[in-house]
Amino acid sequence: MKVGVLALQGDFREHIKAATECGHLAIEVRRASELSEIDALILPGGESTTIIHLAQSFDLYEPIKEVIAKGLPVYGSCAGMILLADRIVGGIAGQKTFGGLDITVRRNAFGRQVDSFESDLEFNGASLHAVFIRAPWVEEVGKSVQVLSTAGEHAVAVREGNLLATSFHPELTHDLAVHRYFFDEICKGR
Amino acid sequence: MSEATGTARVKRGMAEMLKGGTIMDVVNVEQAKIAEDAGACAVMALERVPADIRAQGGVARMSDPDMIQKIQAAVSIPVMAKVRIGHFVEAQILETLNVDYIDESEVLTPADYTNHIDKWGFKIPFVCGATNLGEALRRINEGAAMIRSKGEAGTGDVSNAMMHMRTIGAEIRRLTSMREDELYVAAKELQAPYALVKEVAETGKLPVVLFTAGGIATPADAALMMQMGADGVFIGSGIFKSGNPAQRAAACVKATTFFNDAKVLAEVSRGLGEAMVGINVADIPVPHRLAERGW
Repeated sequence: MKVGVLALQGDFREHIKAATECGHLAIEVRRASELSEIDALILPGGESTTIIHLAQSFDLYEPIKEVIAKGLPVYGSCAGMILLADRIVGGIAGQKTFGGLDITVRRNAFGRQVDSFESDLEFNGASLHAVFIRAPWVEEVGKSVQVLSTAGEHAVAVREGNLLATSFHPELTHDLAVHRYFFDEICKGR
Repeated sequence: MSEATGTARVKRGMAEMLKGGTIMDVVNVEQAKIAEDAGACAVMALERVPADIRAQGGVARMSDPDMIQKIQAAVSIPVMAKVRIGHFVEAQILETLNVDYIDESEVLTPADYTNHIDKWGFKIPFVCGATNLGEALRRINEGAAMIRSKGEAGTGDVSNAMMHMRTIGAEIRRLTSMREDELYVAAKELQAPYALVKEVAETGKLPVVLFTAGGIATPADAALMMQMGADGVFIGSGIFKSGNPAQRAAACVKATTFFNDAKVLAEVSRGLGEAMVGINVADIPVPHRLAERGW
């Protein structure tokens, strides 16, 4: 499978490494034309305001919305979760998202960097060590959204159809469970 | 759920999220908003940009907490702030403000001409400057979670940052080609801990993110540093000492992402107006060069 990682800003190289370790061909995506080549897309961690700004400046905004609407499997971590959310709280004035996931996400919900943390949590029935950096959480989920992990009282991993999002950064650990779930459960058959 | 904060992983991980981004010096709320709107991935809050510190002289210190907090309240992106080299009390103060990163910076007047801050004791991560690999590894050994080059700040002359990036790169490449039994002497020569030297020899890169800073004034400068292997770019005086800060800021953000695409670089370099007035590093007497600060 050919996996694209949106490479406008953030830790896209870590996602490319994880996808490669899962046995897939991973490429950096910076142009709309590259979207037609891929079977799945990953939106990395980084600054959501920076990434959406660059996506709008380089004519990627509408094309990414379109491939999401057409059912391309997409996984977003942290900033990627914000970019996939239909609604955000705590964004800058007029901050857009690609949307697709029927959730409300609060930016920097866990606090500033001093509150960034690592913690063990359950993901899809197994234990996982998760790293949260100025992380968002999911404040509300739509009816068809499945919550895969929680931290305290907050949903931090969610799935709806072909879309997966986590507040945390599996790409910063050596645990490939979230990436494997995305490739094996969501992208399967593609 | 057992939570651990302030770990090396979350400190270094924060820098990973800044990669491919541009961090801009700002002195007030208005500038911070311009930077955020232009796509900066973080801002550095300080009272005077390096060009002004250089022009005005005197002792440069940590900024007023009021000013830093106003900027924190105004933007949603990470806010960094500077402390003097070795001034661990300024760092304690910034920690209570919950800044997202502390820059132990040669741009301010050093407080200690022998020791840097012991950065392991803080929950807030630190970025430190380095002119070469040994200096970078000494800072990492003291707990720095991010390294940046130390190009001559406030000049708009990129040549020193270039030299630091070339030196760090060359010294890393040299380590990767050495026999294992030669790394002990390499550590001695670099004046850096053996364990870190061995790690760099094995991985071919620093164990933390490497940004570039100092003298970057144009989109082409930013792209040059990215092509030299920087993970991202700090721009100090270059944005807000220029004719059209908003446009130049946006252009530098784009150039940092599309650093390998000369057509994009040509496009974003058009019509930016006046760049900051530069000072040639060669015209600054060695004792007045900021990059010489740090040990």
